[in-house]
Amino acid sequence: MKAPVSWIRELVDLPAEVTTEVLTDRLTALGLKLEGIHAAGAEIRGPLVIGEVLTMEPEPQKNGKTINWCTVDVGDANGTGEPQGIVCGAHNFAPGDLVVVILPGGVLPGDQGSGAVEISARKTYGHVSAGMICSVRELGIGDDHDGILVLPPDAGAPGDDAFGLLGLDDEVIEFEINPDRAYALSLRGVAREAALGFGVPFADPAERELPESDGKAWEVVVDDAIGCPVFAARLVSGFDPAAPTPEFVKRRVEQAGMRSISLAVDVTNYVMLELGQPIHGYDADKVAGALGVRRAREGERLTTLDDTVRELSIEDLVITDDSGPIGLAGVMGGATTEMSETTTRILIEAAHWDAVSMFRTGKRHKLTSEAGKRNERGVDPLLPGAAADRVVELLVEYGGATAEPGFTLVGVAPRRPVVTIATDLPARLSGIDITAMTTVESLRAIGATVVEQDADTIEVTPPTWRPDINDPYDLVEEVVRIVGYDQVPSVLPRRATGRGLTRTQRLRRRIGRTLAGAGLVEVVSFPFVGEATFDKLGLPADDPLRVTVGLANPLSSEEPAYTTTLLPGLLEAASRNVGRGAPGVALFETGTVAFPADNGPAPIYGVHTRPSAAELDKLVEALPVQPQHVAVVLAGERRRAGWWGPGTDAGWSDALAVVRRLAADLGVRVDVASSSRMPWHPGRCALISVDGVQLGHAGELHPSVCTAYGLPARSAAVELDLDALMAAAADVTLGPDFSTMPVAKEDVALVVDAGVTVAAVEAALREGAGDLLESIRLFDVYTGAQIEEGQKSLAFALRFRAPDRTLTEAETGAARAAAVARAAELTGAVQR
Amino acid sequence: MSGPNSDYDPVEVAAVSPAELEAARDAALAAIAAATDLEQLKAVRSDHAGDRSPLALANREIGALPPQARKEAGQRVGQARGAVSKALAAREEVLAAEHEARILVEEAVDVTLPTDEVPLGARHPLTTGAELIADIFVAMGWEVAEGPVIEAEWLNFDALNLGPDHPARTMQDTFWTEPAEHHVVLRTHTSPVQARTMLTRGVTEDAPIYVVCPGRVFRTDEYDATHSPMFHQVEGLAIDEGISMAHLKGTLDHFAGQMFGEGITTRFRPSYFPFTEPSAEVDLTCFVCRGTGLKGDGPDTCRTCRGEGWIEWGGCGIVNPRVLQACGIDSERYSGFAFGMGIDRTLMFRHGLEDLRTLFEGDVRFTTAFGSEL
Repeated sequence: MKAPVSWIRELVDLPAEVTTEVLTDRLTALGLKLEGIHAAGAEIRGPLVIGEVLTMEPEPQKNGKTINWCTVDVGDANGTGEPQGIVCGAHNFAPGDLVVVILPGGVLPGDQGSGAVEISARKTYGHVSAGMICSVRELGIGDDHDGILVLPPDAGAPGDDAFGLLGLDDEVIEFEINPDRAYALSLRGVAREAALGFGVPFADPAERELPESDGKAWEVVVDDAIGCPVFAARLVSGFDPAAPTPEFVKRRVEQAGMRSISLAVDVTNYVMLELGQPIHGYDADKVAGALGVRRAREGERLTTLDDTVRELSIEDLVITDDSGPIGLAGVMGGATTEMSETTTRILIEAAHWDAVSMFRTGKRHKLTSEAGKRNERGVDPLLPGAAADRVVELLVEYGGATAEPGFTLVGVAPRRPVVTIATDLPARLSGIDITAMTTVESLRAIGATVVEQDADTIEVTPPTWRPDINDPYDLVEEVVRIVGYDQVPSVLPRRATGRGLTRTQRLRRRIGRTLAGAGLVEVVSFPFVGEATFDKLGLPADDPLRVTVGLANPLSSEEPAYTTTLLPGLLEAASRNVGRGAPGVALFETGTVAFPADNGPAPIYGVHTRPSAAELDKLVEALPVQPQHVAVVLAGERRRAGWWGPGTDAGWSDALAVVRRLAADLGVRVDVASSSRMPWHPGRCALISVDGVQLGHAGELHPSVCTAYGLPARSAAVELDLDALMAAAADVTLGPDFSTMPVAKEDVALVVDAGVTVAAVEAALREGAGDLLESIRLFDVYTGAQIEEGQKSLAFALRFRAPDRTLTEAETGAARAAAVARAAELTGAVQR
Repeated sequence: MSGPNSDYDPVEVAAVSPAELEAARDAALAAIAAATDLEQLKAVRSDHAGDRSPLALANREIGALPPQARKEAGQRVGQARGAVSKALAAREEVLAAEHEARILVEEAVDVTLPTDEVPLGARHPLTTGAELIADIFVAMGWEVAEGPVIEAEWLNFDALNLGPDHPARTMQDTFWTEPAEHHVVLRTHTSPVQARTMLTRGVTEDAPIYVVCPGRVFRTDEYDATHSPMFHQVEGLAIDEGISMAHLKGTLDHFAGQMFGEGITTRFRPSYFPFTEPSAEVDLTCFVCRGTGLKGDGPDTCRTCRGEGWIEWGGCGIVNPRVLQACGIDSERYSGFAFGMGIDRTLMFRHGLEDLRTLFEGDVRFTTAFGSEL
């Protein structure tokens, strides 16, 4: 909402010391949020005066242009009283016209972005041109660049200051109006708030003497009193369609951000801005028969003023005449009855519409109009008659029209609810010491009717322009904003007795710290994916990860789904880092992935009572399954080269090292098994599980995936189900028992077939060694000349320790032998 | 002196000559003093105190002396050997210390060599920022509540007094999942977590609700320097007996002070949110100019707050009784407050970030600057 300060001041008698800044501060404190203050002439510096063109000599130039050498009377504004010589390129004026002249020393805003233009007397086309005759565009008050701004003959005398005349000094306040303050989408509303803010009287421009309705302005039949509770109609005739819009109406309409079109249209917009009531004017000669209001019928169409043919819905409210629909009620008029340059009889409609219908129609037809914006937020239902009357007044005054007798007013304004409120509720909810008297006075100040019921309770009827006020708490906000939000004291509540972070919350922090401690950098990426994303990962067509939760309105048609894997985001981030020159990158992310639940729609319940437990369960069941995952990507240099020696690039084992480190920190024993799954290298992919529950995969990425993302060869990745990992984490770790007796160390080297896994051999050794075995660790793998082809030698370091004594060589030897024997039995291992 | 008495035969032998003994001792002491390193000392020890040294041999011969001579000879040999042994120990200590000092000098390194073999890891400031906020509230006795990012429409809108025709629904451009008739959305705020908390936990006199809900939210905003289709919010909800706007102000002032430093406080302006009534916008003292609106001590206006002295931080208010009703809470008995602000935006202020997109690009140079805690 843009409100010129001069218009506000016209409606409310603000003290002189109230500057625009003081005014906006006060209105912001009351809830009308300031967006900005604009003044059309803010960038113009005078002298800017009225000039009368005395002479005008066209002078053709060599470049084909014709310029006019003019003398202009600018009164005493130039200090001499002599006519001012000015060269002008435009031709749309004549001697005797009043124009706007900027004299040397003045500054104009200049065209878009070109910077301010300083005016000086300069030599051009063989003359000294001392100033400029201005166009609206040069003044920054319009787009019309066809020619010079020619003022009406009664605009003033040569030499008069043009700032005030053009409204260049009028500041326009732009407010951001919240949905609950629709009344402030009018000067009436803004001025009312200003009056409230400074405690000065407010003269309501909507208060007009209205005749009794006789139904004779035009016949109106309202078939849907819910959709249209009030409909007012008036008629004028003898209107002069050529009558110009008076300067103040034009300026104010333009200051509000609307275009000036014609007197008839401008007047309806002007009254809408003034009062907040949208108004429609019909060319009465084009309306056939009575006006009707009803819902549209199946298959009906309407061409609206914007020349768009609209398929109507049976929920749309329409205005009809004998020909059918002639307007989309409250949103936009129809083309067939549009006022034109020949219209002399104007039928004026001002109606109160059901806000929900307006909202739905606007949304359905993707129509936002100034009228619709007001109607869908709720307009004062008492306005239609007054608004129609005000339009008639202006058309008569400025358009030479005659007001036809008769006033049609159909329907009655809906009653406002009576809200009962305890007088101490504002004090209780705000924490401010607000007396019952202040509560009553504040509510009366906003226009409510207050009846004191008993000592502690009042009955409040909100004003008709406040459809947002329906509950006691709504009234509290009104009282508190008048008392002042800045009066709210700062007091900490004292009763919170929380139980700290949950186990899951603590585990998530721990996992993040562990991964960062392993040299990984956390990433937060968008979860949007598409088929191309999965293609890039090389997932087969039937891969379950391709079954996604789709988005009905994605930002990009390339990524129309919520992701099932965190790897795409990480791979993109890795690729970005590599592209920016990082020699290596190690990233991790934790986040939500989603899988469709296919349990049908989520119900929509009422809001007047709590849904039952079973109903709440249904809501939850309808949602996609949304596990938390953790994923890692390691690409390129993992350990840097340096004075200590060469560096190493990330590979499959680094991925597994991350998994094992994480598991160890959480006290989880993970099992690692060979697996094959895209996007991993089929021979270098490990399945990670805990107690038979699969957590995910780790290993080297498939070469095609590295290529697709532009990552170094052998880049590696991990993706695990974080929820499952956290579920496996030790809850309360018991302090381990450990012996302080001496350790006995034994090494064994076993030759096995190349296909036998280290895990299998180790498990067999562990099993055979028995309870005395403290730890086992593979320290070397050998293949080569010293053993047969197709075999490998595994060297393990075994550490034995007893809880209560020093082991004898015999005991250690026996345990070692048992371990080797079990390994031989289970894996065919032969001691080297 | 004679050779070793391998087959002992108790015949008379000559007593150990005191002069010879003295000479052997002096020779030993001189050799010890002359040793310049541990290696030489080792040789000296072998020559003068080893098994075949004159003093050791003399000692052995004592047994062959007639009993009456043994005592006196034993004393003399013992004294000589003691002196040598003491001198050896003393010299060894000196030489060992010299050796150690020299080694330590020789082993000196250039400690300015780089040590960055394994690059630094880091956690994302959005994670650690959310934790920092959670910790501020946990320290006040609040709890941290969470919920799913893909949420039922009823919980995201209806339960929060945003009916199907509420104009505010158009203020939040929502991602709908397919098919849209299934009424499932990407949550547009973390408020459904508040609804879930009220619905599942309820409120009793002994168990009021004080929760913060940090999390990821989505709106169909095009991605630019200040907008993102995905961003992060933290919302708070307190439901208890006698809750007022004063408690809301107190809580937010405390939060602001903890997050941005002493002296940073909040200001309320009337606003509108369907889930709160009365509603307010929260402004934060500009922590760059600390409320002066000026850049440094100069006359220029502060760039961060554009001279206002305040920065818009978020929204808040008293929980609308309609929301309490939908969530099964007795609005006659309990009242509550709620607030919400963007974590991303909060971090942008706090850390002087110019472009929101740096948070989502994953450039490690950005993230590692923040380390593992904010």
